[in-house]
Amino acid sequence: MNRLRHADVEVGAELPERTFPVRRLDLVRYAGASGDFNPIHWNERFAKSVGLPDVIAHGMFTMAEAARVLTDWAGDPGCVVDYSVRFSAPVVVPDDEGAEITVGGRVKAKNDDGTVDVLLTARSGGAKVLVQSKATVRLAR
Amino acid sequence: MAINPDYLGREYPAPEPYEVTRGKIREFAEAVNDPNPVYTDPAAARAAGYPDVVAPPTFPVILGMAGSAQAIADPDLGVDFSRVVHGDQSFHYSRPTHAGDLLDSVTRITGIRALGGNELLTLETVAHDAGGEHVVTATMMLVVRGGDE
Repeated sequence: MNRLRHADVEVGAELPERTFPVRRLDLVRYAGASGDFNPIHWNERFAKSVGLPDVIAHGMFTMAEAARVLTDWAGDPGCVVDYSVRFSAPVVVPDDEGAEITVGGRVKAKNDDGTVDVLLTARSGGAKVLVQSKATVRLAR
Repeated sequence: MAINPDYLGREYPAPEPYEVTRGKIREFAEAVNDPNPVYTDPAAARAAGYPDVVAPPTFPVILGMAGSAQAIADPDLGVDFSRVVHGDQSFHYSRPTHAGDLLDSVTRITGIRALGGNELLTLETVAHDAGGEHVVTATMMLVVRGGDE
């Protein structure tokens, strides 16, 4: 995997947009791997009983998919210095067709310490599911 | 049910250090469908300059989830888990987590406030390695949705 060099990045550069499918099976697997067994992420009857439209994805699943866009672009999963997101709407995952999460990003700033600031976006079902999402990554010299 | 404001600042140390294993990192990477070989192939990780396979950036949420579960399990805190959704999440990394790490963590309640009929609970989990060096701080804000009645 080739590491992106700090000198080769310009402010305003777009990260390649990608779309990730998410199905109920992904949420069950993620629940097991992360330890987040909140039934709103796998039990439709329970999700609806607490006022949600259907089963919703773990916010952290969306955050992980957005991280893939970031680390694949930078070429190094260990490059992340800071990473923060706000979950602005749920990713609703119907039983039959599942959902899709589309992630994009843009370089907001180049810093003198060899890092860059990236703004990330994520949409699902026509809604912005991440807002105020940003990361600082340390790029190769 | 309201969150008890007296719990602001309360700390929940993990009962034991968390042992980061290759198998758990692989399980997590597969769960987020990330095929990057540095998560699963020790040779690829070493070639990239790491001592062993590294964990995806959001892996430390496992420590945050465990710490928040300790807090939420405390009945006197007053959180109805069935009404909890994740509001925001941040990580600050001193270095990536890798297999072989033994992480000591403490979760602290750093925010309790009401907002438009909901309650917001912020929990900060700080993890150090066996040498006492900071590895990652994970901060999660949980929204406890107000009742419809």
